[in-house]
Formats: sequence, C-alpha cells, structure tokens
Amino acid sequence: MAAPSTDLSAALVLASPQLADWLVVLPVVLMIGFGAVLMMVRKSVRLHGTIAITGLALLVLLDAALLIRISTYGPITMVMGRWLPPFGIAFTADLFGSLMAFVSAVVALAAGVFALRDIDAGGRRYGFFPFLMLLMAGVSGAFLTGDIFNLYVWFEVLLISSFGLLILGSEPEQIDGALKYAVLNLIGTTLFLIAVGYLYAIFGTLNMADIAGKASRLRETAPLVTLTALFILAFAMKAAAFPVNFWLPASYHTPRITVSALFGGLLTKVGIYALIRVTVMLFPVEREELSFVVAVSAALTMVIGALGALAQNDLRRLVGYVVIAGIGNMMAGVAIGTPAAVSGSILYALHSVVTMTALYLVAGEAARLGGAWSLSGLGGLYRRAPWFSAASLALFLAAAGLPPLSGLWPKVALLKASLDIGAWWLAAAILISAFIVTLALARVFLLAFWRPRPEPAPELAIARDWRIAWPLGCLTALSILFGLFPETVLDLSQRAATGLAEPSAYIRSVFPGGAAP
Amino acid sequence: MAANAPALTFIVLFLPILAAVLAPGLTRFLGDRAAWVLALAPALAFLHFCTFLGEVAGGEVVTGGYAWVPSFNLSFSWFLDGLSLTFALLITGIGTLIVIYSGGYMKGHPDQGRFLAFILLFMGAMLGLVVSDSFLMLFVYWELTSITSFLLIGFDHEREAARRAALQALVVTGGGGLCLLAGLVFLWNITGVTQLSLLVHLENGLRESPFYLAALVLVLAGAFTKSAQFPFHFWLPNAMEAPTPVSAYLHSATMVKAGVYLLMRLNPVMGQTPAWEILLPFFGGITLISGTLLAVRQTDLKLMLAYTTMASLGLLVMLTGFGAPHAVEAAVLYLIAHSLFKGALFMVAGTVDHETGTRDLTKLAGLRAAMPITFGAALLAALSMGGLPLFFGFLAKEEIYTALAAGNPRAVFFTGLAVAGNALMFAIAFAVGLKPFLGPRIETPKHPHEGPAALWLGPVVLAALGLLAALFSGLAHRYVSSPMASAITDQKVTVDITSMPHLGLPLMLSIITMVLGALVYWRLDTARALMVRALENLGPGPDRGFDRLICGLVRLSVAVTRFVQPGRLEIYITATFILLALTLLVPPLVFGELPGVPAWPQNLLVQEAAFLLIALIGILAVVRATDRLTAIVSLGIQGFAVAVIFLLFGAPDLSFTQFMVETLSVVILALVMTRLRLSPRDHRPVGQMLFDAVVATACGLGFTLLLMKSVEAPFDNLLTDFFNAYSKTIAHGANVVNVIIVDFRGTDTLGEIAVVMITGLAVLALIRVRAGSRTGSGEGR
Repeated sequence: MAAPSTDLSAALVLASPQLADWLVVLPVVLMIGFGAVLMMVRKSVRLHGTIAITGLALLVLLDAALLIRISTYGPITMVMGRWLPPFGIAFTADLFGSLMAFVSAVVALAAGVFALRDIDAGGRRYGFFPFLMLLMAGVSGAFLTGDIFNLYVWFEVLLISSFGLLILGSEPEQIDGALKYAVLNLIGTTLFLIAVGYLYAIFGTLNMADIAGKASRLRETAPLVTLTALFILAFAMKAAAFPVNFWLPASYHTPRITVSALFGGLLTKVGIYALIRVTVMLFPVEREELSFVVAVSAALTMVIGALGALAQNDLRRLVGYVVIAGIGNMMAGVAIGTPAAVSGSILYALHSVVTMTALYLVAGEAARLGGAWSLSGLGGLYRRAPWFSAASLALFLAAAGLPPLSGLWPKVALLKASLDIGAWWLAAAILISAFIVTLALARVFLLAFWRPRPEPAPELAIARDWRIAWPLGCLTALSILFGLFPETVLDLSQRAATGLAEPSAYIRSVFPGGAAP
Repeated sequence: MAANAPALTFIVLFLPILAAVLAPGLTRFLGDRAAWVLALAPALAFLHFCTFLGEVAGGEVVTGGYAWVPSFNLSFSWFLDGLSLTFALLITGIGTLIVIYSGGYMKGHPDQGRFLAFILLFMGAMLGLVVSDSFLMLFVYWELTSITSFLLIGFDHEREAARRAALQALVVTGGGGLCLLAGLVFLWNITGVTQLSLLVHLENGLRESPFYLAALVLVLAGAFTKSAQFPFHFWLPNAMEAPTPVSAYLHSATMVKAGVYLLMRLNPVMGQTPAWEILLPFFGGITLISGTLLAVRQTDLKLMLAYTTMASLGLLVMLTGFGAPHAVEAAVLYLIAHSLFKGALFMVAGTVDHETGTRDLTKLAGLRAAMPITFGAALLAALSMGGLPLFFGFLAKEEIYTALAAGNPRAVFFTGLAVAGNALMFAIAFAVGLKPFLGPRIETPKHPHEGPAALWLGPVVLAALGLLAALFSGLAHRYVSSPMASAITDQKVTVDITSMPHLGLPLMLSIITMVLGALVYWRLDTARALMVRALENLGPGPDRGFDRLICGLVRLSVAVTRFVQPGRLEIYITATFILLALTLLVPPLVFGELPGVPAWPQNLLVQEAAFLLIALIGILAVVRATDRLTAIVSLGIQGFAVAVIFLLFGAPDLSFTQFMVETLSVVILALVMTRLRLSPRDHRPVGQMLFDAVVATACGLGFTLLLMKSVEAPFDNLLTDFFNAYSKTIAHGANVVNVIIVDFRGTDTLGEIAVVMITGLAVLALIRVRAGSRTGSGEGR
C-alpha cells in the first residue's frame, strides 16, 4: 500500500479503463501472445497454419471493432501501468492509426492464407509464422502508440522480424539483399532514435499529444526545423523515398513471394505513417518550411520509381519499383500539407497497402503458373488462367490509377490538392508517373499474359488452390469495391486528415483535464 | 414522364454492362444465337432513349442522378440534351446492330462470349461517357472506353501486331485521358463547378482566366488523342487489328467521336476564343487532308476506311472550331451521316472479308451477283459518303460549304481543304462500296456467297437510314439535328436544309467535289502509286516515332535505374551519409538555428578532461590503425572512455550497460575477425579516404551543432521530477532507472525483449546457410 501521504491521483489514472479502451492495446497483445505460442510449438509445424490464421482473423476483427469505435466516438487513449500521461506510455489511436491498422490486418490475413501454400515446412520450422505475428505486433504497435519512443520500439520489433522473414531460406541472393536491407534500415532506425533523443532534450517529454501541445511554445528557441528535417530523413529512409530508397530494390525481390508481399504492402507504409504523424501533427510549421524539399523528393520518387518499373524484366523487381512510385505520391501529399492533400496521402496509403500486396501475390502466382519470374520467360497466362488474368488486369489498372479502381481516387485527391496550391509541376509528376506505370504494367500484361508461351512447355496440370484464389480474389475485390464506392473510405480519410491538422481531439483523449503542465 | 423515370434511366445505363456479365454464360448456353438475345439490351436502351426525343426537341433537358462521392462533390448524374441524346441513340442503335453482326461474324469462335462481353462493356462505358454530367464521372467513363478498347484491339492476342496496336491505343488514348483529367481538375479549380450542365451555362470567368489556355490545351490533348487528330492519329489505323465489328463500332461510329463530343460539349464555354478558332481548324484541317491522302494509298478495305474515318474526324474538329454560322450545324449533320455510312461500310468490308477470305481491293471484283444484298447496302452507304443528292451525306456537305464558303482568305483556305478532302473521300467511298462488286469475278481464297442475315442486317439498316433521314429531313432535323446544334451553341438553332438541291455556291462546290472525286476514282491506281512514292520520300511517320519513343523511354529508364541503383552497398551508405550531412547542416544555416558560441566549461574536472582525451585518442587510433584487429580494440578504448564519462556524471546503470556492450562487441568482433583476413585494412585510394573523412566530419559536426542548440534552453525536468517523486512511493523501487525500465516504461522493455527473442530466432535461421553455396549473384541485374 502506498503511504497515506501520497496523493495517488497526481500520478495515476485511477478510474479503471472502459472495456472499449482495451481495444487500443489488444491488437499488440494478441500478436505478441500468438507469436509466443507459435514459438513454443515451433517443432509442431502442422499446427502453425491454423494458429496463425486464427490469430490474424482475430486481429482483423479487433482492428475493425477499434475502427468502428473510433470513427463513432473519436480517438481513444489507454495508459500503460496507469501512469498519468505524459509520464508513462500512452497508447492513443485516432482514425488515421486505426485505419492503417485495420487495412494492415486485412492484408496480413490475406498474406497468411497465401503463405499456407507458399511457405513450405522448412520455412515454417525456421519461424515464418512467429515472425509474421511479431511483425504484425510491431506494425500494430507503431500505428496505435501515442508515444514517440514507443513508436521507435515498434519500429525495431518490425525491423528485426522483417529481417527474420527476409533471410528465411538463406539463399545467397537473399543474404546479399538482407545485408543491404539490414545495414541501411539500421541507419534509418538509428537516425530516428537520435532524433528522438534530441526531441527529448528539447521537449522533456515523449508523449506525442504533449509534444503537439508544446511545439508552438518552443518554436522560437529550439532547432525544430533541423530536428524535423532529421525526422523526415529517417522516415524517408524507412518509406524508401528517393534518394534513400536503395534498400528496397536491393532486397524485396529476394525472399519468398509472400514475404515480399507483406513488405511491399506494410513496411514502407509504416514509414509514411510515421512521417505523416510527426510532420503533419507534431511539427506542421516546420513541415511547411521544408515542403519544397519534400515536394522535390516526392516528384523524383514518383518518376524514378515509375522508370524503374519500366526498366525491369523480373516481375518482383518491377513491382518493387511500383511500390516506390506510390511512395512518391504519398510524399506529395505530405509536401503539400493541406488536409485535403494529407487525406489524399492517407487514401493512397490505404490503397497501396492492398494493391501492392496483391501485386506481389500476382507475381507469385504468375511464376507458379508460368515457371519464371522474368517477363521474357513468361507467357500464355491469359489463355491458361482467365480469372487470374482478370484479377491481375484489375490490379494493374488499380496500381496505375485508372478507373474504376482504387488507385483513381487518391490520384484525383492529390492532383486537385497540388493544383489548388499552384504546384503544377507536382501535378505533372503525378500524371507522368501514372503514365509510365501504366505503360510498364500494360507491358507486363502484353508479355506475360497475352503473348503465347515463348516455347511450348509441357502443359503441367496446375490445380486451382483456394489458398491462392481467396487472398488474391479478396484483395482484388477490395480494390474494386473501393474504386466503385469510395465515399466511406474517402470520408474516413478526410476526417483522419482533419484530425491530424487539428489534433485537439487527440490531445483531449490523452489529457481529458487539459494539457500537461 | 413517370415518377420512376430516373430509376429507369439509371438501370438503362447499366443494361449493357449487365448484358456483358451475362454474355459468356449465355453464349455457352445458346451458342451463336446468344447475340440476338444480348442485342435486346442495347435495343431496349435505344427505345428508352427514344422516349425522350419529344421532350428534348422541345428544348427541355432530361437530368437525374444519385449521390456517388459527396466528398468530391461528385454525383452519378446524367444530362440529356440534344447533343448527348443523339450520341446515346447512335451508341445504342448502332450498338444493337453491331451485337447482332458480331454474332454472325464471330460464329464458331471459341471466345465469342468473351468478345460479346467486351463489346457490351465498351458500350456501357461509351454510353456513360456521353450522358455524364459530372467531370469525374466523364473521366471515369472516358478511361473505361480506353481500357475496353485495349481489350478489344488486343482480342486476337496471339498475334504480335494486335498486341502492339492495343498497347499503342492504350498509351495514346490513356495518356490523353490523363491530360484530360488534369484539364478537368483545372476547370474545377477555375470555376469551382464540377458539373458540365452548370459549366456550360457559366456566364463569365473561364475565358478570361489566366489558366484558360492551360486548361484548353490539356482538354484538347485529351480530345485530340481520342479522336485521332494529327499527330496522334497513328493508333487508329493500327487499331484495325481488331475484329471488324470493333472497327465498325469503336473506331468509326462511337469511341473516336468521344473527342469530338467533348469539344462540342465545351464549345459554349470554351469556344469563340482566338485559341479555339485557331487550334481546332488547324489540327482538324491537317488531319482531314493527311487522312484522305493516306487512305488513297491503301489497298486494304478496312485501312482505307480507317484513314477516311480519321479524315472525317478532322473535318468534324475543323467545323466545330471554325466559328462561322452554320459550321456547327454542318458538323452535326456530318457526324450523323458519317456514323451511318461508315458503320455500314465497315460492316460491308467485314462481310466481304468473312465471305471471300480477303479484303485486299486489288484481289476483289465482281461480287455483285454472289452478294446482292451486301452490294445494295454498300452502294447506298457509298452514295451517302460521296455526298450525292437524296442522301444524308449530301445535306451535310451542302451545309459544310454553306458554312465555310466566304470571301476572306481563311475561309477560302479551309474551303479548299474541305473540297480536296471530300473529293478524295468520294473516291474512297466508291472504291470500297462499288469497286469490289463490279467487273468480272476474280478468284478469292473462299468461294463468295451472301452472308447470313446477321451479317447483312446491320449494313442494310444503316445504309437505308442514310437515305430515309434525308428524305424525311424535316423529321430528322426536328428531333435530332436542331436540338443537337442548339445544345452545342447553347442557343436555339433550327436546321432546315433539305435534300432538294438548290442553286448556289454550295451546290457548285459540291459538283466540283464530285467531279474531282470521280476523276480520282477513275485513276485510283495512278493516285495510289503517286501517294506511295510521295510517302516513301517523306520518311518515317509518327507510327515509327511511337516505337522509337517507347524504345527510348525504356532505354532511358534502364540507364536511370542503373545510375540510381548501382548495386554496391558502399555507394548506398555514402549517399545516405552525404544526405545526412546536408540534412544536419543546411537547415541550421537557412533557418537560423545555429547555436551560439558556447562558453568554456568553468568547472571541468581533471578526470573528466582526461577521459574525454582518451576517447579522442581511441578514435584517432581507429583511423590510424593499419589492421582490423587494432581498429576494433581502439574502438573499444573510445567506448570504455564514454562509459567512464557516464559514470562520472552519475549514471552508473547506463555506464555498466555500456561496459557490457563494449566488452561483448570487442570480443565478438575479434572472434569473427579470426575467421576473416585481418591484415590489409583498407584499400581505398587517398582521394576516396579524404572524401569519406569530409562526409564523416560533416555528419559529426552537424550532430554536434544540433545538440548544442538543443541544450541551449534549460531542460524541462517534468518527467525526471515525477520519476524521482513516485519511484519509491508508488512503484516501490529505490533505483529510479530500474523502475523506469520495468514500470514507468515497461512496455518499451516488453518490445525490446521481443526484439531480443526475434533476433535469436533470426540467427537460428541465418546460421543454416548452406555451406559452399555462396556463388554471390547478389543484386546484379
């Protein structure tokens, strides 16, 4: 018992949290728990699939509940160990975080199902499913935490889990890719850590709501622009923005295709998430000062990513560059910075999580059916697998931003936002990038799908498999649904962007009784 | 109208798409007869749109719609005035005939169902395009027509030419679509309006806006690519790789007119400016002439028709932008006439090809006896295309000359263009519609005979309509031409031209046209030889240019990618650190965030200074070390010195951790190094070393300056005070650092524990590298 002289209410949140508030931490708890269980049964490879899919399905449900709760009642906060914010660690989820968490969970479930076929017993024995669970723990934690150092911790968790996934199989090519991935990402993560150190030196707090409230007071004296620039560099590295995108093309084509799919969908988007969270919500004035540099980087990322896609012969590398082109689009929204533009970035991120994962799965299935990764070796898929071809074409159109698929709406939002502020060159970059990506993906369709097989190979009877059809079909359906009925998601992303530009609700959820001293 | 009319129209707009979904299944079930059933969808839509004729002729506008994306102020709404109604009728009417025709043409083809599905999908897209009221809805349908056209042109996907043509069409029209999107967003920004129906009635602002020209150029880029205007025309002839029903439908009657539609739609609000009246007639005129000249050169029936289509589109663009009275009426009449006769002629060319096995003009003759019905339809259509009296084409031509012929030089120039173009089109019309049927029979690959009803129904109906519309011109004008012209000019226009020739300058020009045309027809082989030679001298056209452009783009992309992604980790790290140095050093200079000059520390103790010095010596030793082992150990010196400094400043826990880390890393690194070669430490040339030193120093300087600036203001002790106050009383721990780790920030520790566990697992996976398999293909491409 505490000594009677101690006033507990000055240090602790005394009211027990509402049941719904637990939703903020449950995704992380669930994933760490399932990860631990899977490690315990590491030798019983047969059980892995069932356990992991159950866990991921639960994660989808939890994140859905969280999203519904937040979209109805606004941001929610739960403090760890009951310590009053900003002293302990607070998990605070707003619309932005919960949207990203939900979409990530959906994609992870799809990739998990795909893995049932793609990852053999060897890959499972070395821990594919535990890595996947802990990766999702890191991803969920990053999206839901309200503490910037804690954000760093989740970055580390997802980085090391992704490293484990990346080397699964230990082919020489993988080791080469993993080395570049690990070194460059460690540099990026370290820069993030250093930046957090400076931030603590300046603010004396790590709670993001607290920082957002105090930034205006410290703007006169503290080196906030330099600090923001350092954050931008760190997150741009994580997001694979030009000119610090080296690690992505160097590594994403090397692991199992399911792993590439997870990475392409999730990892870079966590970087974008952190970038938006820090620059738009915490340091909006500094973001404005640096917007030109970010815009240039965004435009170059878009164009160079698209050109990279056009240059590739290997499907996996090609998709990797399409991912990069998308990152440029999201950065453009950050550079413009108006709520409309940020909502365009959020929309793009949501679209990109689904579409890029699906595109890697398409590449995997194409290779399974056609027996090659390269465009020069593939052919005849259109005749061979009409449904698969239809889904692929839909995803290609989505990635290129053509109607009536999911890529159109973020593109329109970003285009409108950049013309609104007169940045015609940014608008031009968006369109040029879309044009080149269209060309690159149309080329894939022409060569791998329409063209007859280069040499008539023996017609192997490859059975249709639900573990491939369902994930691919569901992700495609999501993209089409969002393309046809965008309003719900559009509305959510606009509200999310407004919540970032005007974070009073976020701050109120952390400090119900007014800001910290 | 009935109360449920909007709902009905909504369903009708999706009817073709619904039919497309059903098409493959139905074809499997009914075989070749499925087309007759599927044709019901466009036929019903046609009838539905016919019910609006009276209303629209009376000057009313039929609108309706539902909210779609309120966030973008975007509704799914339609807007039927004379212009869009005429287009809707053409699309559904000709569409019905084309679906029936496709059933006959693709008879027995294994993918007939898929083909019908694509055609119907396209129909749905095209219909949506012309009735769209919202900008974005227009754009969505616009790109959908490009995508469905891509699928249709590449239908015969195992041939390389078809694939190339499909890609070309997608790239050109899709690229134009992106320009159009930019243009539409511009219009949205300038006017704040998102609906065409509101835009066209806008009183002021748009033409005077400084962005008018940018918006115009972007919109024109969209319209010109879609409507195959010079120099974007090349995709259209190549699109003839598609099965003939596609050519007849997309590439003559409907899709290629989308650009013209857009220009006509925007005429009230963007027209009547110098830019409009220069750009449109200029590009239209060039397209008209080059199209007809290129058509003369061909011997393939479809290609001849394709080039005259291009020419006709040029004529339409020219008339739309000409700006004289009657020009719009002429465009309206010609557009309707063209849709009828060109659709018919394309289907005739397809039937001839289908029944004889060839569509080469030089290998066809004397088919009149074998294919009498087709011949009749072809002749009627050719007469209309040639612009002979009693046919709708004649009306159009009279109106064209009425509009163009005036005294000023500009009018004379364009009149000359029109006469020349029309004369050549006259020649082509009869070369396609008459020549294969006359003269003695030549042997053809297949024995010719009349096609089934499905094949001749379409041409006969369309050709007959070309005659009937002229005979009952009063009716046609009342319900179609006048409302359409009124919509384009946004004022009441009454078209009253009849098929009775009346003396005057237009008739004179018409006669000159026919005489010239007959002359060319008579000496067609000479004219063709002439053109072939002329074009050879002209060198490669934009078709080749397209290939070069794509090739160049791919080559550029390979070069760029190789430059930015050279595959060596050292380069990546160097680039990253250069960027880091810039990030740390430029903003302080630009934004005035440099620290002040620090005061010399007053109370620096000897031991503090000593350990700082030791750390520095350690660093120097690392740099100077000649082999790796020395470097590692020297790095340890620096690490231990830092640990002691932590100790001196009252952080024993931190210091102990640092000791552990340093010891372990030195031991592990040294152990690892025993497996590697230790001696030659560095192979870098001196210049490289200097450069690296500069980058490293710059990064260090940047971090130092930022640190100095960050600690200039006094530290906010809020958290420290809290931890000190409650560590003991509530958390029951005397060591604040421990309490922070396990309680205040226990969640971080949980994460870090997870990291350690995962690392263990990852190492386990990593050490299973198969020995000896390290061939090292790496990132190399």
